[in-house]
Formats: sequence, C-alpha cells, structure tokens
Amino acid sequence: MKTSDLIAALAADPVPEPIRLGRRLAVSLALGLLGALVLYALFVRPRPDFMAALGTIRFNLKFVDAAALALPAVLLLARLARPDAKAGMLVFWLFAPLALLGVAVAVELAVVPQVEWLPRLVGRNWMFCSTMIPMMAAPILAALIFALSAGAPQHPALTGALAGAAAAGLAAFLYASHCPDDSPLFVATWYPLATLVCAAAGAWAGRRFLSW
Amino acid sequence: MAGDEGVYRRLLEEIGRSARAMARAAFARARLGDADVEDAVQETLLAIHLKRHTWDPGQRLGPWVNAILRHKIIDAMRRRGARRLEPIEDFQDFLAAPAEEDPHAISDARKLMEALAPRQRDIVSAISLEGQSIATTAQRLGMTEVAVRVALHRALKALGAAWRRSVA
Repeated sequence: MKTSDLIAALAADPVPEPIRLGRRLAVSLALGLLGALVLYALFVRPRPDFMAALGTIRFNLKFVDAAALALPAVLLLARLARPDAKAGMLVFWLFAPLALLGVAVAVELAVVPQVEWLPRLVGRNWMFCSTMIPMMAAPILAALIFALSAGAPQHPALTGALAGAAAAGLAAFLYASHCPDDSPLFVATWYPLATLVCAAAGAWAGRRFLSW
Repeated sequence: MAGDEGVYRRLLEEIGRSARAMARAAFARARLGDADVEDAVQETLLAIHLKRHTWDPGQRLGPWVNAILRHKIIDAMRRRGARRLEPIEDFQDFLAAPAEEDPHAISDARKLMEALAPRQRDIVSAISLEGQSIATTAQRLGMTEVAVRVALHRALKALGAAWRRSVA
C-alpha cells in the first residue's frame, strides 16, 4: 500500500471517536474501587476496635500515607495517558509518602524501647497484609490499565507501574482500617513491599497492554 | 481534527511529510537505510489516526503530533534495528544492505492486508487504491454509508493491530 492510499483511507474515516480519556479513567477507577470494596467486605472488614483506634495518631497515619501515594499517582496517570504529557511537579509529590514514612519511623524509633522494635516491625498480620493489599489492588489495576489502553502513553511499562502503585495506595487505604498493626515500623516494611508487588504487576501489564 | 475530510487529509499529508523527513534522517543516523522508511511513515500515520482522541483540544496540536512521531519512529527503528542487525555477519554486508530493495516492505504490506476480512479488504482497497467515495462504495456493495464508514473504521483498527503483531 502506498502512503497516499493510506491517507485516502484514513481521511475517509472521520468517525468521531467519542472516547473522553478523563471520563473513562474516572469511571474505570470507580468500577475498580467497587471490586476492591467487594473483596474488602468479603475477606477483610474493619477491625473490632475501629472507632477507638480512630483517635490514635499511628492508626490515622496509615490512611494519610496511603492517600499521599494514591492521590498524586492517580493525577499523574491522567496526564501520562496522553503522548505529549508533561509530568511536571507532580512527580515530586510521589516522594511525599516516603518522606512521611521516614519521619514516622524516626519518631517511632525514638519513642519506643529497642526490645519493642522487632516485634512491632513483624507485627501480627504481615502475611495477610502483604497478600490482601495486592488482592484488593488487582481489580483497581485492571480497571486502570483498561482505561489507559485508550490512551497513548510514551512509556507503557512505567505508566503501568505507576497504575500499580496507585492501585496499591487505594487498596492500602481500605486495608488500613482492618490491620491491627499500627506501628510505622510495620507500615514502612510491609505496605511498600505490597506496593512494589503491585507496581511490578503494573509494569508487566503496561508493557503488554499499553504499547501502541 | 474533527473537521471536514479535505482538511483532515491535508493535515495527514503534511504530517506524513514531516514523518518521512524525520524517519529518513533518523534511519540514516542509525545506518538502517531507506528501505523501511515508508513503513515507519505509514505506522505513524495510522497511530495518529487511531489515537487522535488523545489530543486535548485545549492544547496545541504541534507538540502532540511531534510526540507521536518521535515515539513511533524510535519504536520502528528499535524493532527494525534488532531484526536487521541480527543476521549480519560482517561490516561489508552491513554497508551493502541499505542499497538493495527491501523485501520486507512488500511482504509486510501483503501480510497486513491478508489480516483483514474480505469485505474490509474490499472497502479499504476501493477507497484507498481506487479512490472511490464512501457513497459509491456503499452503492456498489449494497451497504448503507454508515455501514461502510463503520467497516472502514474497523478495518483501519485491524490494520493497526496487525501491524503491531507483525513487528512484535
């Protein structure tokens, strides 16, 4: 086929594509969250002393941390879906949850006696934590990848990894209400581990489904 | 870009020219030869067409077009570089290769059209090769104009997918 022939065919195909990237991303995100909530209701649920825990700093910090990851990640994804994307200052906000965790760990180490460090780090629930966060993140990641596949990201694997991190952040936000372990030593160990698993899965999915 | 056919066609022709110049320069720098340049141009145009909804009308068109050109041409080079460099034994072969006619381009094009359903192939060749209008094609095939448009759109999407598969 000659290029001029291809152009003729393309020009004869002016079917306006009604895809609106931003809207598709928002709707997919809502559906993915719904999937995560179903898993939460079936297998996770809030911990018994949820109301009492709401008053404690360590418990609330888990939600702040998860939101600090999910929010900039989702906003950045909405940009990276387009080929002419400029990441801008949003990238730096991705370091906010790490900085927050770093400070929290430093304070925890300062106020808690040394014999307590290891028990707090291992916690009671590390196995469930590092399983359930990726499990609940899975439907969110799938929905995000579906939405992004309508886009044209310059870096498919990287964009996929970010989608994985965003999904992990949202899943961690839900999971935090169940987990009996509140120490930053626990959170800084197992939550990032779960996030890495999700980011790796996202990078694979991105390479596979977001290339164009 | 949602405007009329003539404007869109001229835009595609202009983008095609930029893509050709860019691809030729990039291929030359990478010592890939000119043979696959036109394939890269066509891949780029198809990507522009199939991803046109990723252009935000609030932004300038130029940077968006450039981003797609760069992405597709680098992509095309990387894949062809790997394919082309692999069987090369010595430097002499490497120098001789670009001057020859490219056998891949022909087989690629044939393969790609084969990926389409017969009716799709019919429509694409009627509109592209024979230069018929949507209305005439619809009349000849006993279809409505809308059906022809939809079929053409699907055919172009299938062509894009076949392209990705063939070079993956």
